[in-house]
Amino acid sequence: MKGCITLSNGNTFDGDWISDNQYGSGEIVFYTGMTGYEQVLTDPSYQGQIVVFSYPFIGNYGFDPKSMESAKIQVAGVVMAECYGFAAKGGRQSIVDLLNAYQIPALKNVDTRSLIQQIRMKGSLPAVMHVPSITPDSFSLEEYWPATSIKKTGSGETHIVLIDFGYKKSIAEALVNEGCSVTIVPFDQELNDIEKLNPDGLVFSNGSGDPMRFSTYFHHYKNLAIRYPTLGICLGHQILALSFGGETRKLKFGHRGANQPVMNLKTGKVSMSSQNHSYVVQKESLAETGFNIWFENVNDGSVEGLWHRSFNVASVQFHPEAAPGPNEHKEIFQNFINSVQHTEKVRSYA
Amino acid sequence: MPKQQDIKKVLVIGSGPIVIGQAAEFDYSGTQACKALKEEGIEVVLINNNPATIMTDNTFADVIYFEPLTVEDAEQIILKEKPDGLLATVGGQTGLNLAMELHENGILAKYGVRLLGTDIDSIQKAEDRELFRSLMKHLGEPVPESEIVTSIDEAIHFAEVTGYPVIVRPAYTLGGFGGGIASSKEKLISLVKQGLSASPINQCLIEKSIAGYKEIEYEVMRDKNGTCITVCNMENVDPVGVHTGDSVVVAPSQTLTDDEYQSLRKASLTIISALDIVGGCNIQFALHPDNSQYYLIEVNPRVSRSSALASKATGYPIAKIAAKLALGYNLHELKNPVTGTTFASFEPALDYVAVKMPRWPFDKFPHADRKLGTQMKATGEVMALERNMASAFQKAIRSLELKTNGMYLKELSALDEDTLLDLVVSADDRRFFVVMELLRRGVSSDKIHELTKITPYFLSVFQEMVSMDNMLQKTGLEKVEKQQLQLAKKYGFSDRYLSNIWSVSEIEVRNKRVEWGITPTYKMVDTCAAEFEAKTTYFYSSWSGKSDRIPGTKKKVAIIGSGPIRIGQGVEFDYCCVHSAIALHACGYEAILINNNPETVSTDYEVSDSLYFEPLTFEDINHVLEFEGISDVILQFGGQTSINLAKELEAAGYSVLGSPADTVDQMEDRERFYHFLDALNIPKVPGFSALSEKEVIEYAGKLGFPILLRPSYVIGGSGMKVLYSESELTSYLNHEQVNYPVLIDTFLEGTEAEVDVLSDGTELFIPGIFEHLEGTGVHSGDSLTVTPPQSLSNHVIDQIKSYSKKIALNLSYKGLFNVQFAIQNECVYVIEVNPRASRTAPIMSKITNVNLVQKATQLLLGHSLHSLNLEQEHNGQPEITVKAPVFSTIKLPGVSPVLNPMMLSTGEVIGTDAHFNGALVKALKGSSLQLADLWNDHGSIFVEGILDEAASKAWEECGHNVLTANDLTFDDWLKTDNKVIYINFSNDSESQNAKRAVLERVHVLTRKETSNAYLNAIRTTNKMRKEVLN
Repeated sequence: MKGCITLSNGNTFDGDWISDNQYGSGEIVFYTGMTGYEQVLTDPSYQGQIVVFSYPFIGNYGFDPKSMESAKIQVAGVVMAECYGFAAKGGRQSIVDLLNAYQIPALKNVDTRSLIQQIRMKGSLPAVMHVPSITPDSFSLEEYWPATSIKKTGSGETHIVLIDFGYKKSIAEALVNEGCSVTIVPFDQELNDIEKLNPDGLVFSNGSGDPMRFSTYFHHYKNLAIRYPTLGICLGHQILALSFGGETRKLKFGHRGANQPVMNLKTGKVSMSSQNHSYVVQKESLAETGFNIWFENVNDGSVEGLWHRSFNVASVQFHPEAAPGPNEHKEIFQNFINSVQHTEKVRSYA
Repeated sequence: MPKQQDIKKVLVIGSGPIVIGQAAEFDYSGTQACKALKEEGIEVVLINNNPATIMTDNTFADVIYFEPLTVEDAEQIILKEKPDGLLATVGGQTGLNLAMELHENGILAKYGVRLLGTDIDSIQKAEDRELFRSLMKHLGEPVPESEIVTSIDEAIHFAEVTGYPVIVRPAYTLGGFGGGIASSKEKLISLVKQGLSASPINQCLIEKSIAGYKEIEYEVMRDKNGTCITVCNMENVDPVGVHTGDSVVVAPSQTLTDDEYQSLRKASLTIISALDIVGGCNIQFALHPDNSQYYLIEVNPRVSRSSALASKATGYPIAKIAAKLALGYNLHELKNPVTGTTFASFEPALDYVAVKMPRWPFDKFPHADRKLGTQMKATGEVMALERNMASAFQKAIRSLELKTNGMYLKELSALDEDTLLDLVVSADDRRFFVVMELLRRGVSSDKIHELTKITPYFLSVFQEMVSMDNMLQKTGLEKVEKQQLQLAKKYGFSDRYLSNIWSVSEIEVRNKRVEWGITPTYKMVDTCAAEFEAKTTYFYSSWSGKSDRIPGTKKKVAIIGSGPIRIGQGVEFDYCCVHSAIALHACGYEAILINNNPETVSTDYEVSDSLYFEPLTFEDINHVLEFEGISDVILQFGGQTSINLAKELEAAGYSVLGSPADTVDQMEDRERFYHFLDALNIPKVPGFSALSEKEVIEYAGKLGFPILLRPSYVIGGSGMKVLYSESELTSYLNHEQVNYPVLIDTFLEGTEAEVDVLSDGTELFIPGIFEHLEGTGVHSGDSLTVTPPQSLSNHVIDQIKSYSKKIALNLSYKGLFNVQFAIQNECVYVIEVNPRASRTAPIMSKITNVNLVQKATQLLLGHSLHSLNLEQEHNGQPEITVKAPVFSTIKLPGVSPVLNPMMLSTGEVIGTDAHFNGALVKALKGSSLQLADLWNDHGSIFVEGILDEAASKAWEECGHNVLTANDLTFDDWLKTDNKVIYINFSNDSESQNAKRAVLERVHVLTRKETSNAYLNAIRTTNKMRKEVLN
């Protein structure tokens, strides 16, 4: 069955539907990692986005629901060159079955390389997946707001409150693995509720979209961060920078992949990181924030991490929990938990 | 850290002659390293006695020593050159072992030479199995249960405790040489015996077998700063049990989940960091197919065959970057040469798949032991890039140049299902094709999975190819729909195959396709899956999407490469293609190179203006030429592979520069060739072309024995045979498959000589003459040769020159060609004219200072011979050069080492000296480093048949003990420790003793002339030693 994806600049790419659902809209982005489609599709940061996989063979190892980063498939649509639709050994289901179970539109046999070249040149545009007989005329993008209730996981002594902007399961798991108990709270949880939870530290989670839409909460977030040892990840990193007076801007086409080199400016070491973001913190905006740059992208020099000179606040733009991607930044969790365990609890208002 | 400023001069150790397990990939890595060093203004001193390589050109190194790769010779060079540093990680295991020896003998310390990159301790930790295992234990990285043994009893004990099967891995050998899998006590005993003798330190690792696991490799790089990256991972389609060099491999891995991928990546980084490696490293894992549990198999602390493959698969130049890291650079300080904007500290993202298939020599040696195991047997490999998995496999199949029909191997259609099922389990070189044949016959992929443990994903890809084929079989050119044809092309079916199954001509399929606008597009290898803009001119074809390249309008010429390395068509043709590209570029042309061999320098995208990684069939080449708008092609430098394309390319309207199809045919078609020689009054060997067995017998009667049988248009004398009697002939005809017409010549007993000739059609230039030391009946590639000739009379030399001139002028030949002569009683016969560059072209170029290929390319572009300053550039050959062949028969059980007209050797070395004997010593020493040491040790020689008394006496005088069956049986002799040479001049290719002797690392001498050359060389060495002592 023929299908199309049309970008808001009018360019259309043809493909074949592998899904029952034959309509979808969202912002078009591309992912360059060669493994990890299970995690990408279920990562809440991709909410509202149509993901183009640059790797042309998707589905080869099936789909293990245990690998899901959240309770459902989050992406607004999937665009692939080739798709292997069979189940694999070890209870791994067919990716096509999974996509259909969540009503996700998906196209294969698309010239993904040309499509990615378009995105590289024109930026991440709104796009619509549709049947050939219709011509899409509106390209509006929906805003997604994370919606969660309080949840608890883990039973360790150190208690971390995870502020949820659309968190990945792996972040909570990484914390539990470090010996923490984790309470996940909605992004708008009030200060005294959080105080009642008596956390040892806070983690600002990843999430989708423009961090500026949380601007009304920035004052609240800063208040939290200076009271508790805090780690920000991805969107959480951007929100922390903004809360302390920094600024963000949108990248032309974002960093999405498993091979982004970052340099730790404290040690001079370079490592590979897993990334998925459209927005970055502006270097020039940091002067008054008290932040120093912790990590920097080797390719484009953009900010990849921050540490605060006065408070125990640090953040990374990339994903130390990996999933998918290189898992060489687990020590960020270790060091954070270590510092939490060595910080006396703050009892008074700042 | 910036580059170390105190390193000004670096000694690079090459890998020496090509042998199975160590081939052209080290010419690629060596050349890249030399280039990288020169870019930094460092003076490069190179030791490598392989003349067929690009790295041994003064273009890439400042000073080149064609000396044997021994400690003594290396020390002399160090003494003379006083290098500051030594780069030892680009010359394969040979280079690494020599560096270790130099260190152990205190030579590096004595002369203050610093080992660049990974240090000695790290190399030892990775190479020494005991140290390695204890390090892995410390890191918590799992290694299969194993034990290091130095005796058969220890091995048996281990196997009885852990249970069979077990794997035997000898320490410090190339390509798993001497090892294997033992499933019984008997097999174990024989393997351990063989393994202990193959290991230079008499050590073997006996390991619990993990056959059936997925075999996964990671190519990792690390700098001094501790930054690590994995350039690429690779998945073997053949599970653990078949050497990775003999496995079908895909890059990146296809069936690993992200968790599995990342856990192996993490382990790789942990290991390379613990070993403190600076540069490149290859790490091999076995991964349980169901539960993600893994074992570490091996770590190679150097660039390797796999790193060459990874470089070509991703575009990331591992060897070049490794050389820079060795100089002290960090990854994030080096630009990624592919994008020019990003840095070397990133991991390539692919948006296509690379499929590698090995090329084995068994089409030439069908009776050899073809079984695959832990000891590598392939001589070369091909790679295909595609965005469709099926098409990638089909492209790789086409690149192999085997007798296939589409994805099926023709010979298998005659076998019954039971035989095929046996074959797929026992796994020989045909395994992939056996799988395809079984699927075609409807055997389920589940059953094949059960038998082979090949991951179901791959089998379902193959099944899909077969289903597509079944669909195509049912249609025809008239019935086929556009969409079907489009799909067929997307899945990699060639026009030729479609024309076969539809019983139409290839051109009809093509016309239909073009009419429907179904043509390939060309994608760029950019290391980043289009995320960044890239500048590489490295392309592959695909049947969907748009092209990345917009062809330029500059004048262009295409060079067709030589494909996979085979016996008879080796790295020398790669050398030729590279120089032709350089010359084209220098003359203001865009050089477009088409080839499919991932090991070579010619497929380094920096060598040509544009590189197309494609199969070398007419269709694949035609697409590139059409796309680029090229009308001129050069076929002279890609060996028999490219020259065989002349006819089709010309018929399609291309102009073949220099060797038009008619000339090729005139030289290859015996009938026409004899007419040609007759017309020029050039003596030829009497012979006929026979169309049937009956005719062969009839002509043999006319000519009288011995006779020489040979097919036309073959590589390296494939299928050639000297027969000495009617009974031999009848037996041969009864046992071998002979393709008619076959040529049948009188076998002329005499000497041989050959020349490489440059000609512009009116004038010619002969840079030198090679004289073969062995008489006729030995393939030119297998004989010891010397230049300038030592025993040819002036009369003979004049005849050689005069006949060459007649040939060149009569053909109005342009470019480079090779003529082979036989000489009997001062009469010169022309036995063969090769209208292309030959194996000797690189040697002659290097020793005369006339770059024959670059000059020939200029001639092909229309320059006159006169304008090339040849006489002035020629150095007059001040020294004498001897070339010696190097054999890999030791890795190919069942292949007879008896020299004959069919080429056997895989590589060659040269020795150059002011005196013939000096050159001979260097050549023979350099060619036999893997064999028993004749130069320092005294041992026993077993003679079968006749050895004249003088020779026997001479060997005794050299300190060797000459034995015959009168002294002890051959079997008993094989059991002795100090055996060094087996002599048998009977010319009996079926001699079982010769086949057995060669596996024991002794010299097998089957020609009197070879034996005398060795005697001569040993005497010279002894004499030189005496002089030093006095």
